[in-house]
Parts: sequence; C-alpha cells; structure tokens
Amino acid sequence: MSKNTETPAAGGAVAGDLKLVNVTKRFGDFAAVKDLTLTIPQGSFFALLGASGCGKTTTLRMVSGLEEPTAGRVLLGDHDVTRLRPYKRPVNTVFQNYALFPHLTIAENIAFGLKRRGVKDVKKPVQDMLDLIELSHIGARKPNQLSGGQQQRVALGRALINRPQVLLLDEPLGALDLKLRRQMQIELKRIQTEVGLTFVHVTHDQEEAMTMADTIAVMNLGRIEQLGSPTDLYENPRTTFVANFLGQSNLWPGKASGTVGEHLRVRLEDGTGVLIPSARNNASGDEVIVGVRPEKMSIHASADEVPDGRNMLTGGVVTDTSFVGVSTQYVVKVAVCDELGVFVQNDGARIFRPGSDVVVSWDPSQGFGLDGKQDIDAGAEADLEAGS
Amino acid sequence: MSAPALADEAAEALADGTTVAELRADKRVRRRRATLPYVLLAPGIIWLVVFFIVPMWSIVSTSVETGDMDTGFVLSWRWANFGDVWSQWHQQIIRSLEYSLMCTVFCLILALPLAYFIAFKAGRWKNLLMALVVAPFFTSYLIRTLAWKTILADDGWVVHAMNTLHITPLLSGMGWTYSDNSVLQTPFSVVCGMVYNFLPFTVLPIYTAMEKIDPRLHEAGQDLYASAWATFRKVTFPLALPGIVGGTLLTFIPAVGDYTNAVMLGGPKTKVIGTVIEQQMIGTGGNIPYGAALSVLLMVGTLVITLAYIKRAGTEEIV
Ligand SMILES: Nc1ncnc2c1ncn2[C@@H]1O[C@H](COP(=O)(O)OP(=O)(O)OP(=O)(O)O)[C@@H](O)[C@H]1O
Ligand SMILES: [Mg+2]
Repeated sequence: MSKNTETPAAGGAVAGDLKLVNVTKRFGDFAAVKDLTLTIPQGSFFALLGASGCGKTTTLRMVSGLEEPTAGRVLLGDHDVTRLRPYKRPVNTVFQNYALFPHLTIAENIAFGLKRRGVKDVKKPVQDMLDLIELSHIGARKPNQLSGGQQQRVALGRALINRPQVLLLDEPLGALDLKLRRQMQIELKRIQTEVGLTFVHVTHDQEEAMTMADTIAVMNLGRIEQLGSPTDLYENPRTTFVANFLGQSNLWPGKASGTVGEHLRVRLEDGTGVLIPSARNNASGDEVIVGVRPEKMSIHASADEVPDGRNMLTGGVVTDTSFVGVSTQYVVKVAVCDELGVFVQNDGARIFRPGSDVVVSWDPSQGFGLDGKQDIDAGAEADLEAGS
Repeated sequence: MSAPALADEAAEALADGTTVAELRADKRVRRRRATLPYVLLAPGIIWLVVFFIVPMWSIVSTSVETGDMDTGFVLSWRWANFGDVWSQWHQQIIRSLEYSLMCTVFCLILALPLAYFIAFKAGRWKNLLMALVVAPFFTSYLIRTLAWKTILADDGWVVHAMNTLHITPLLSGMGWTYSDNSVLQTPFSVVCGMVYNFLPFTVLPIYTAMEKIDPRLHEAGQDLYASAWATFRKVTFPLALPGIVGGTLLTFIPAVGDYTNAVMLGGPKTKVIGTVIEQQMIGTGGNIPYGAALSVLLMVGTLVITLAYIKRAGTEEIV
C-alpha cells in the first residue's frame, strides 16, 4: 500500500498497537467486561473467542467508541481514545448483523465512509473495493437484493475501504453456510495479509479462530481466560475452561505424588498412577487435573500390546464407536471417567465394536496438568452451544 | 388458458402423480382466486362512488350554475363563475395557502426533533410520550383553539414574556403581528393555533417511519465517520422521508381548508378562503355556485401543489 493512494489513513496517523488497560464495563449491576487488559500488536490477526454473552461484542464496542468503558483506558499507539467519539476514531466495524444502509446502493454504501471524511473522488477506490470483494457487477443494487454472503462482503468492503488502523469484525461469518464460511475465511485472511491492517475478529467458532488468527484470546464471563497462539492454546491450556472450550479434552482429577525425573506422578481417583511433564503442570497445589486430548490417545485390546513407558488406563469398555472417515472416534468407559474420548487415525488398524474390552494409553509427554480447584466441566456446555 | 395448454398441464401433472380430479379442483380454486380481489374491493369501490364521485360531481356541477337564493339555481355551465370568484377572493385564497404553508413548515421543524427523540431516545417512555402527543385530541377542537385565545391574551404571561424578550416588536416588524404589545387577531396567532392543532398529524407518520429504522444503522453511520448530525442527514432523514412526506401532506391539505383558527384567533385582516366559502354556501353570502367554484379552485390548487411536492420529494409510491 503506497502512501499516495487515494485513501489516506483515517483520522490522521496514530500508528501502533491497540491496548486495553484495566477496562471494565458495567450495565447497571452487571459487569459485562471485568478489568480487561490486552495488547493487540499492529498488523496482527487477533481472535476473540468465547461463549455467547461473555462480553465479546461489548469489548469491540468499547474499541469502536460505541460504548464507553465504566473504568479503564483504550489506547491506539500512544493515543488515548477512551473518550473519543466513534466517528473520530480510525477504527471500523463489520457488524454482527451487517447494518448496511438500505436506502443506498452497494457502491454508495461502500463510499459512505470516504465521503464523510471529505474524500472528493471516490469512484476509483469504490471500484477497486468492489473488485476486491468481487461484487463489481452488482454495485448498483440495493442491499435487500443481495444474498447473505454478498451482504457480508459489502459490510466488509464498506469498512475496509477506509483503511482503518483497526478493523473490528463481530462474527461476520455467523450467518453463512459452512462452505461459504470457509471460503470467506480464506478471503478474509488473504485481505488481511494484503492490506496489513490489525484485525480483531470475534467468533465463537473455535475452528475459525484457530485457522485464521495469529493470536487467540479465550474470553469467559467478562475476563480473558488465556491468550496465546492457536497451537499454544491448544497444546497448553491453563484452565479447564480453555481445555474444554478449545477442542475436546479428557480431564480427570488426581493428586500429585512425587516427581520422576522430568515428570510429575499423579495418582488418579481409582489409584492408577500416571505421569505428566512437570513443565506442563499448571496446578499450584497437590490437587491436579490431568488432561489429555482424545487424538493423543491410543486404544488396545490388552495391556500386553501397550509399549513400555506409556501411561495406561486398564479395564475400559467401548460404549460408542463412530467412524468418521479419516478417524474413528471411540467413547470408552473407564474407572475414572464414564465418557473418555479416543480418536484413532484411520490407518487400517482394527476397529473396536461397542462392548469390546479395551485398554487406553498415551505418551506421558502428551498430558498436561491443571489446577484441581476448578470446575472440571467448565466450558464444555458452552462449547456444545456455540458449536451447534 | 387455451385447451392445448391445459392438456399439457394435465399431462405434466399426471406425470407427477396428480389426478385429473385434483387438477379440476385446482382450477376451481384458481378461478375463485381470480374473482376474490374484486369481491374484496367492492366495499371500497362503493364507498368511493357514494362519498367521492357523487359529491365531486355535485360540487363541480354546482360551481357552473347560475341563479339566486329565491328563484333557485340552474345548471347553465357558466364557467365565468371561476373568473368571478378569483378576482373577488384571490387574496383570501393566497392567504390560506400561505398560512397552511407556514403551518406545515413550523410543524415539520417541531415534529422532526420530537419524533426523533421519541423514536430513538425515549426508551420505555416511548408509548407514554406518543400518547401525550395525541392527548389534545381528547378535548374538542373548538375548546382547544379557544384556549389559545387565553394563552395569547394581551395580559397573559406569554405576551409579557415575549415583550420582555423583545420578540413582539420583532414579529410586528416582520408583519406577522400588527402592534408591539399584542399578538391576537394577527397571522401569528392564527398560525400558532394551526401549528398546535395540526402538529400530531405531522408527528405521527414521521414517528412511525423513524421507529422502523434500525438504531444500529446510526451506529454504523457513526462508525463510518459521520457525526450525529451527518448521520441524521445521510441515514435517518432519507429513511424517514416517506413519513415526512406523509406527515407534511396530512398537515398541509386539511390546513388549507381550515378556518376555525382564523375565525377564533384571527381578525378581519386574517380572513381565509374557508370563511368565504362558508359564507357563500350556508351563511350571508348567499351564492352557492360561487362557494362551489371556490371549493373546486382550492381543491385543484392543493392538488397541483401536492403533486409537485411529491414529485420533488421523489417518493411516488405514496400517491
Ligand atoms: N446495553 C446492555 N444493557 C445491559 N446488558 C447488556 C447490554 N449489552 C450487553 N449486555 C450484557 O452483557 C453481556 C455481554 O454481552 P455481549 O453482547 O458483549 O456478548 P457477546 O460475547 O458478544 O455474545 P454473543 O456471542 O452472543 O454475541 C451479556 O450478558 C449481555 O446480556
Ligand atoms: Mg456479540
């Protein structure tokens, strides 16, 4: 993007990261966002992930200026914008419901922001934007003559044409069917890389967040539960909420009972001892919740087949088998857990029918430890609701 | 439908398992559907004929009659009646149009912010406020108008306040009142009464149109660098335009014929065309064809202005 293009950076140059410092938003007695501190580096694709009602939209609205924080500050670079009117901020939003202007054509909708900022010749930038979102042929139509996916692209184009410092996307893909959604995800990511703007993308589709974002923040009840790269969040969840919300996890409560080299020994409720890497243990005390992702586990007919050095849960019975093509997903009942998930890649090995007696195992390096003093099911129901 | 077409259809229908009997039943339903609109329209059409076409014909034919009260009037197609009434009362016609125009403009100036506030900012007080807007309708038109005589009385606090603020000399300077310490019996007092009486007619359609606007569009406007005022001009106003056109017409059209305000709050210098028509038709004037001719003239004038206005406002769908 050369500096002399027809779309000057909105609201003058205040380059830099987007920072939220101790931001709280209360509606009456209810705190929708609680003491949130967050830094989003310039040019990154940042995803805000969380269950419905956890405060994602409220957070975005405070960045765009449509909502004023009860306490705390919002900074763009060194510029405090906490009390700045929304129309003075170099921030644009793609709204959850698009909010296209029904009385204006697609081209006029897209030109709206430029015109308000006094740009004289909007024809070329609007045409370029229409080309980018591949709607040149219907620029003269009104929004109600467009399909959902097309409207979504107009909403994106209308915000993007302003080249804002930060683009806020509030579940822009929520209304689309799966195929179009995947297509738009790729498109969004391409555009973001191309224009190099900071994208803050709200979603409760975890897969979407993982495939698109550089950094993910998992929000829960107005707080950020954990923040990190997609792999980091997935491999090293620090709370049961994150472990359950982001993908699936098998979690069992236990008690630490000493260390073995680099590993911590944890005794599960039925007395079985398992090892987890000490480095991946987040528990502060003795009570540890052991977690393993289903795809990290293997399933065997008997303990004899389990290679040495692996953690093992014996006495399991398969209660459900679903063949999903690339893998087979088992639900296994073991002593410590009624519904243990095991995903086995479809490498031609035998498939266990429900009712089979089995043993499950995993490599000690694949387990993680969580603090035992939390709700072991946190985030699990939320995920079901959001994933549907 | 032609026979081969029906045969085709039958073949097609039979192909996907429909029986001939079903097809016949289907046709009957369709025939019934074709006559249904006319049945539904009938009451409206009868209404239109009895209460619009007939009176219309009656007034137009009366306007070209000649005669007098004692011998009666006969239809003589005397079109010169129109020339007569124009030369005699054009001043009152123009005055009526002026007053109603002013009334409409002031109503609009008051109604836009009022409707905007109630639609977007009043929250749960919305319905109560709208009830208050129409509340004056619960008292009689005459009593309400009469009340303004008290409100604008020379020794009332309104006029006192206007004196203190030097508004009265300003008004008389503009020719809206005739003296520096009184406002009754002037165009000003008449238009005041009209604005008061017609305001709900302006507010209601504008409110209804604004109420339908998604408030999130305002947020989108603000997000896209439009200040509150720019958002109003570029988003709210165009979307409320059908309501604005409707509201101003609902105000302007009846205001042209209104003479209650002119009679009760005005004086000899504020005589409007409604008063003249009343005098000719049922009062002391005694020339019914002249009254009818004035009515026709007024109607045509209003229609022309209305059509020109709608054309400019670009919302043909409301005609
Ligand atoms: N204007 C408001 N007045 C009162 N409560 C509000 C208001 N706006 C939001 N809330 C509450 O704040 C909480 C967070 O709302 P928010 O819209 O930020 O959720 P979200 O994370 O965007 O959810 P979703 O995924 O469903 O869009 C919710 O419990 C909601 O009911
Ligand atoms: Mg939301």
